[in-house]
Amino acid sequence: MIHDAKLSAELAKTKPALDNVSRRGILGGAGALVLALSLRPARADETQTEEQKQQKFGADGMPHGWRDDPKVFVAIAPDGTVTVTNHRSDMGQGIRTSVAFTVADELEADWSKVKVVQAWGDETRFGNQDTDGSRSTRHFFQHFRHAGAAARLMLIQAAAKQWGVPVSEVTAVNHTLTHAKSGRTLGYGAVAQAAAELPVPTDVKLKDPKDFRYIGTGKVGLIDNFDITTGKAIYGLDTKLDGMLYAVVARPAVYGGKVKSFDDSEAKKVPGVVKIFKIDGGEIPSEFMPLGGVAVVAKNTWSAMKARDALKITWDDGPNANYDTDVFRKELEAAARKPGKVVRTQGDVDGALAKAKTKVQAEYFVPHLAQAPMEPPAAVARVKDGFCEAWACVQGPQAANDRLMKALKLPDDKVKVNVTLLGGGFGRKSKPDYVVEAALCSQAVGGAPVKLAWTREDDLHHGFYHTISVEHLEAGLDEKGMPVAWLHRSVAPTIGSIFAPDPKHELPFELGMGLVNTPLNIPNMRLENPEAAAHVRVGWFRSVSNIPHAFAIQSFVSELAHAAGREPKEYLLELIGPDRKISPTEIGDVWNYGEDPKRYPIETGRLRGVIEAAAKGAGWGREMPKGSGLGVAGHYSFVTYTAVAAEVEVDDKGQVKVKAIDIAVDCGPQVNPERIRSQMEGAVVMGMGLALTSEITFKQGRAVQNNFDGYEVLRIDAAPKVVRVHLVPSGSWDGPLGGVGEPGVPPVAPAIANAIFAATGRRVRQLPIRDQLSA
Amino acid sequence: MIKLTVNGAARSFDGDPDMPLLWYLRDELQLTGTKFGCGVSLCGACTIHLGGAATRACITPVSAAEGQEVVTIEGLSPDGNHPVQVAWRDQNVAQCGFCQCGQIMQAAALLKDTPKPTDQDIDDTMSGNICRCGTYPRIRTAIHQAAGQTAPATKGERL
Repeated sequence: MIHDAKLSAELAKTKPALDNVSRRGILGGAGALVLALSLRPARADETQTEEQKQQKFGADGMPHGWRDDPKVFVAIAPDGTVTVTNHRSDMGQGIRTSVAFTVADELEADWSKVKVVQAWGDETRFGNQDTDGSRSTRHFFQHFRHAGAAARLMLIQAAAKQWGVPVSEVTAVNHTLTHAKSGRTLGYGAVAQAAAELPVPTDVKLKDPKDFRYIGTGKVGLIDNFDITTGKAIYGLDTKLDGMLYAVVARPAVYGGKVKSFDDSEAKKVPGVVKIFKIDGGEIPSEFMPLGGVAVVAKNTWSAMKARDALKITWDDGPNANYDTDVFRKELEAAARKPGKVVRTQGDVDGALAKAKTKVQAEYFVPHLAQAPMEPPAAVARVKDGFCEAWACVQGPQAANDRLMKALKLPDDKVKVNVTLLGGGFGRKSKPDYVVEAALCSQAVGGAPVKLAWTREDDLHHGFYHTISVEHLEAGLDEKGMPVAWLHRSVAPTIGSIFAPDPKHELPFELGMGLVNTPLNIPNMRLENPEAAAHVRVGWFRSVSNIPHAFAIQSFVSELAHAAGREPKEYLLELIGPDRKISPTEIGDVWNYGEDPKRYPIETGRLRGVIEAAAKGAGWGREMPKGSGLGVAGHYSFVTYTAVAAEVEVDDKGQVKVKAIDIAVDCGPQVNPERIRSQMEGAVVMGMGLALTSEITFKQGRAVQNNFDGYEVLRIDAAPKVVRVHLVPSGSWDGPLGGVGEPGVPPVAPAIANAIFAATGRRVRQLPIRDQLSA
Repeated sequence: MIKLTVNGAARSFDGDPDMPLLWYLRDELQLTGTKFGCGVSLCGACTIHLGGAATRACITPVSAAEGQEVVTIEGLSPDGNHPVQVAWRDQNVAQCGFCQCGQIMQAAALLKDTPKPTDQDIDDTMSGNICRCGTYPRIRTAIHQAAGQTAPATKGERL
């Protein structure tokens, strides 16, 4: 779920006018501390050359950068209610809670008086809103601290002015302003209006972390907990507007397919049908735009679905009509067995391989996957009087805004995208094709609001799938069993193929997800990326290319340990080598998750640390009963270190049961330890699903799986009864923040595969495992 | 004309009797707490109580609810404080939260039938409800808490 900065800049070009601000004011009202844009100069990229952009890191390097203006993000009502505007989409990571308590902490606000509202898509106003790449807290924590601290200082200044005392004599503690000398106090609401009229201070002092009330405590419950548990929470499919109609779309089953003709005579007979029309599309690359097809708008969802079933459509399947994943896998394997584009090299791999005492070779396969968020893509849109307003579950509202402008030929100030809660995202909802479909439907019916639903079949048949990959590894071991040569060829269709004529090679951000930045201490290494063509829309799936890379590398290391007759965990630690800081740039990773390589080197000690923590948690080294085993894997992703120790049991029929998982994470400072735990728990479940059962296959260009019967995700009966999360303390709030949403996923599958080997002596090299061990 | 009761209120519907209860509740009554996740009874996001029994609204035609009492998440408790809802909040079960209404309705039905469920009971009853965020460990704990089998997670410390 990540863009490289250059690609993102290209994708998110917008030039919103300043008058958007008044039009879009959502927090207006007496006493509200939201009156104007900051005078702070724009930090975003509008005036920067492409080269200058490339030198920026973190939030600075993202399209439209960041903002920390309290007048944008904080509102205080006369009754003291604090409303924090959160500009990042919440898809289950709890960012609405974390953003709100971060501001509240620095503001010294009483949590019971804090509310959160969701920002609409407007990156000029709010800073970057692409909620992907495990970046929200990493990029915005400090800026939200600043926003809260600046607002606190403004309240203090206003109170000091009102009392006629020096600012230094006024304190703000837990929603109360105090002048100790005179014993006077004021509530925040009493000076909110006066504070709002002050300029935003530039010299703002942040709290000493020891005084944090909420940050880092793990005691703050989800801000949306009550709404979620009572059915009041509003997701993409839940927006209600007067006069709303309902729509579904019949889309081409093959990527690049087009409608040749259609007969809607039967469909029109379904009661409640309002409009049936063709949506253009079928272009390759699709980018984030709709696939095209035939839309049905009706008075309720059921009528729309029934009418869609009654359509008779003749399709031109286009160039991908023969895509067959069984055949394609063989093509990938053939490519992986021949030299390809070298993406990192050091030493003399061929020479060292020729001289090696032992040679080991293996290939690993990971299939297409669908994100399959529990809420399929959904949006409500109203296109009326030359203005488009949408309500949608999107990870990137600015991206949706821009696609609506393109599809409807409207200027930016005539488009607004409101963000609902997301019923899961996992990368799928970074691509707003469904929002455009909803808008086209509203336009087609003359401006009535339309709620567009994707069924689960739509979701699995017309997705932006995780790529499909073969990883070919060869190693030569010396007399002690340690590798002196390492060759890794990674072959996978690239996400770049949805943006440009298929580049056939993975982009730097894909190669930088655990391939070129492999932190193993081996003298001779060569990493290659042979060509692979894309035949489906390839998109981000939680943790993206880290999945196949970690599965292959962490499995292969375990295979080498076995070949060397060594204990696998000790072998892995030895291969990572002594504690050191590796510059990503020096090993060919020009991307490094967009972070400054100096602030974010790869720290092998931290990688070793999480492996040790997970193994210790699992009781590594204990005697295991027959058919049971422990496996471990560690991985660096999203500038965070994670490791998993899995305990599995394989019965005599070859059925795998994961009994327990220990997952350790070192993500630097822990802003919301409670949600870090929940993200790790969730990553374990998602990682187990793709390890054990999930797979999308294609025949004749069409996805074979229809619903959760064919596309099996993990259910509670297969989830381990024991999931232990080990948070490795960072020791300092000054350390660099790492990502949390994605890094838990990659080490899960290889840890399970390694545990299966320990339990049975059988090596799993393709996912999903399913009944491979039954044969 | 189909007559039924939804969350205690008498309702009548003269549309397509084959319309799944799910779309009747969502599109006609605007009760959007009942979620759509699969449409074919594979995920449990649409779980409601029909005549007191946990039922998948996505494959239940409105006609099947004729004369019956339908309870949705919005009607599970007048103040949102059913023990299952309380336990869910206490354990911070939700991630995205989308499936949780269905999970809660299923769990409430489980506890009505089996006040002290074992882990196996939970597996048997809850495995029809998918959570893609992977909140299963907390769902299990929250059910045990609602059943009085384990102490609350937070001892009232959570803000």
